[in-house]
Amino acid sequence: MPLTDADKNHVRSIWSKASGKAEELGAQALARMLEAFPNTKTYFSHYSDLSVKSGQVHVHGKKIIDALTDAVNHIDDITGAMSALSTKHAHTLRVDPANFKTLSHTILVVLAIYFPADFTPEVHLAIDKFLAEVSYALAEKYR
Amino acid sequence: MVHWTDEERDIIKTFWGKIDAEEAGHQALTRVLVVYPWTQRYFSTFGNLSKPSAIAGNPKVRAHGKRVVVALGDAIKNLDNVKATYAKLSELHSEKLHVDPENFRLLGEALIIVLAGQFGAAFTPAVQATWQKLLAVVIAALSSKYH
Repeated sequence: MPLTDADKNHVRSIWSKASGKAEELGAQALARMLEAFPNTKTYFSHYSDLSVKSGQVHVHGKKIIDALTDAVNHIDDITGAMSALSTKHAHTLRVDPANFKTLSHTILVVLAIYFPADFTPEVHLAIDKFLAEVSYALAEKYR
Repeated sequence: MVHWTDEERDIIKTFWGKIDAEEAGHQALTRVLVVYPWTQRYFSTFGNLSKPSAIAGNPKVRAHGKRVVVALGDAIKNLDNVKATYAKLSELHSEKLHVDPENFRLLGEALIIVLAGQFGAAFTPAVQATWQKLLAVVIAALSSKYH
């Protein structure tokens, strides 16, 4: 399900607002995932605080959004942009790829909260497709 | 039987009181039909679903969205017995409507996103977690009579 030109424009447009709030959005998305989907906590047993106030969650959440910003900036070659991260997830982190979908969902929830007027059904469609492509690229090196 | 804490029951009751079933249902179903266009396979009698604006303006989509969220109210009134409450609905979706239960998940996710947009920051991680749990219970009940 490749991204159309319209999709890419929608992604760039909403992401131009999101990228500036990377830490806040990232912390929210991560904390919501950890709270609503407890199986995901198994990957963060080394964190002392899993709430949205946690410094660790903020640092990691920002990392995630920044990586997505990188993917947006290379939207015509997401596989290439995600290559190093894919290797890391495959061999070091070994996060079950089913969880990429879970985090994608909480990212959508956070976009709806922070940008309710911009997060129209068409933009929702575009971001959903974009996150699916990023998730696929992240899992490429797994086996 | 599902265990609900007092806090979860409170959250569900409080937010349910502020939800307009027609509006929330309409928006959620619109998003499902736009974001996952293959779901339109179940709505061949709904008329014009050719583009997002047509879907959003379609009165049958609005009516059906309302129906779904109103039915959610039945689960909320019977939190300690959702499975029995939805037994007949589950049979209907399986035997008559032939709906793949994956679609319940898609609609559930869309509804969460609509609620998030409506309530903003008030839709805290704890509130979201409670509603995710409620929808998971509803989805399991709706899927229970499939065979």
